[in-house]
Amino acid sequence: MQGIDFTLVDWSRAQFALTAMYHWIFVPLTLGITFIIAIMESIYVKTGNPEWKRITKFWTNVFAINFAIGVATGIILEFEFGTNWSNYSWFVGDIFGAPLAIEGIMAFFLESTFIAVMFFGWDKVSKRFHLLSTWLVAIGSNLSALWILVANGWMQFPTGMQFNPDTVRNEMSDFWAILFSPVAVNKFVHTVTSGYVLASIFVIGISAWYLLKKRDVLFAKRSIMVAATFGLLSSGYLIITGDESARSMAKYQPMKFAAMEGLYDGVQNAPLVAVGFLGQTKKGGTPDEIDFAFKLEIPDMLSYMAFLDANAFVPGIKDLVNGNKKHGIISYHEKIRLGRMAIESLAAYKKAKDAGKIEEAKLFLKSFRENFKYFGYGYYYGKNLNTLVPNVRFSFYSFHIMVILGGHFALLFLLVLYFTFNDKIEKMKWLLWSALLTMPLAYVASEAGWVIAEVGRQPWVIQDLMPNIAAVSQIDASSVQTTFFLFLFVFTALLIAEVKIMLTQIKKGPSPIIENQLQNQIKEENKNV
Amino acid sequence: MHLFNKIFNFYYLGFKSMTTGKTLWLIILLKLFVMFAILKVFIFKDFLKTNFKTDKERSEYVLKKLTETK
Repeated sequence: MQGIDFTLVDWSRAQFALTAMYHWIFVPLTLGITFIIAIMESIYVKTGNPEWKRITKFWTNVFAINFAIGVATGIILEFEFGTNWSNYSWFVGDIFGAPLAIEGIMAFFLESTFIAVMFFGWDKVSKRFHLLSTWLVAIGSNLSALWILVANGWMQFPTGMQFNPDTVRNEMSDFWAILFSPVAVNKFVHTVTSGYVLASIFVIGISAWYLLKKRDVLFAKRSIMVAATFGLLSSGYLIITGDESARSMAKYQPMKFAAMEGLYDGVQNAPLVAVGFLGQTKKGGTPDEIDFAFKLEIPDMLSYMAFLDANAFVPGIKDLVNGNKKHGIISYHEKIRLGRMAIESLAAYKKAKDAGKIEEAKLFLKSFRENFKYFGYGYYYGKNLNTLVPNVRFSFYSFHIMVILGGHFALLFLLVLYFTFNDKIEKMKWLLWSALLTMPLAYVASEAGWVIAEVGRQPWVIQDLMPNIAAVSQIDASSVQTTFFLFLFVFTALLIAEVKIMLTQIKKGPSPIIENQLQNQIKEENKNV
Repeated sequence: MHLFNKIFNFYYLGFKSMTTGKTLWLIILLKLFVMFAILKVFIFKDFLKTNFKTDKERSEYVLKKLTETK
């Protein structure tokens, strides 16, 4: 690539990261809270108890605020593909088209029909139809996320496609291979489950605030009961899917795996860094290396996590960059050579074809196809190899923050559930405060998950095939800078609006209930106990 | 027609009875206006569609960009 403007690449990346991270503030709550609401409404339909209707309606209002503020924030990401990442948009061809079209159609029908029934349909449609609509909104929102995550999964592990050298586009050859690629499946289940955990913490946190304020006690305790159960089950599943994701990462994106553990020298019986702090960067090596200032390790755990074998060899960053013959790892120098050959073969193929030299073109095409899997490495010919290593500090800390917070969430669900079942939750002020303060941490963990997924795979926009320097459009960097700050302003305003409206709604609390009716319910419950 | 009226009334009454929802709809409409009438039209023009007329020209441009190795 001639005249690469790294400022342009960096600003384009920063803008995409900004919009994606703001978008992701709204999405996980929608993914999870819709299921929590569906469970609450199911209890209402089953028991006929109006208190459950009141609970359902309150959380539906909270969902509505989040949905309204967040809706369409993801569209800007699609705009950015066409403007800032045009080479990439062209190169991916129809791979993105199909999943995004399905997502668009699904979202439209979902939002215009079932969400309307969910919000407006109380007492206008039957209880069962309303419940069905609520479940369909929950399932539909999650299925909507599926298509986006499948597209992202394909970028992490491109499969099920054939590159057409005449159109310079990838063409889908196997839809099912893309949909059910191990990376896409793990990405989907792990991501949506993280949304369930975040939403559970959100519901528990707000309910804890009601309990601390000694208001809407029954409402809060019942909300906690549903959310903590849902959250605990989701946490278990989150750990399983996280484990699967790590294994698929070790197989398909070993550099990301090594970076998130700060592992430079590959070893057998590799230990997992449970807690660690990175120290100074030692410059001048190939690649640069960062020491640990402190680390606490679990022996053999990383090998087991990656390959289900405590004795397995886990390659480090140096092994991946410099190669390791013993373990059959090709060096980046060799990959760059092969990638360069692929790029040159593609150019030569086109030239020969245009000149009518068909046999010559066939030979170049053969060479191109043989080396296509290293295509992206070709752009790093003569460049510093450190540019092929992701930011280790970012990767390491985001991964460990996510895991440590995940453990904290599971423990919180367990404690909250235990004390709620024993009817002692109101007295546990420290636990209620802890639940309340955990709310922002759920967002931190959720965003950290995306940081490891996206920063950890740098410089690849499409793993091994297209780096960000080849994907970016040749536009003026200053226009990207301007829109970056414009978005920062718009999204911050939206976030402030969300928090403000949400806080007003929370302070207002659930719809008032006739005192006698509440008293009767409490009496009824005491009788049952 | 009866079904159409029922659907229309369902949405009409739903929107009419909203309280916080009215503010939210205002935010949604404002947001969509900013996105599609300002950002998409003036800022986020599709680079390849704006600069090239045909897919052939676009593919040739991308090929040129992707194979510039010197």
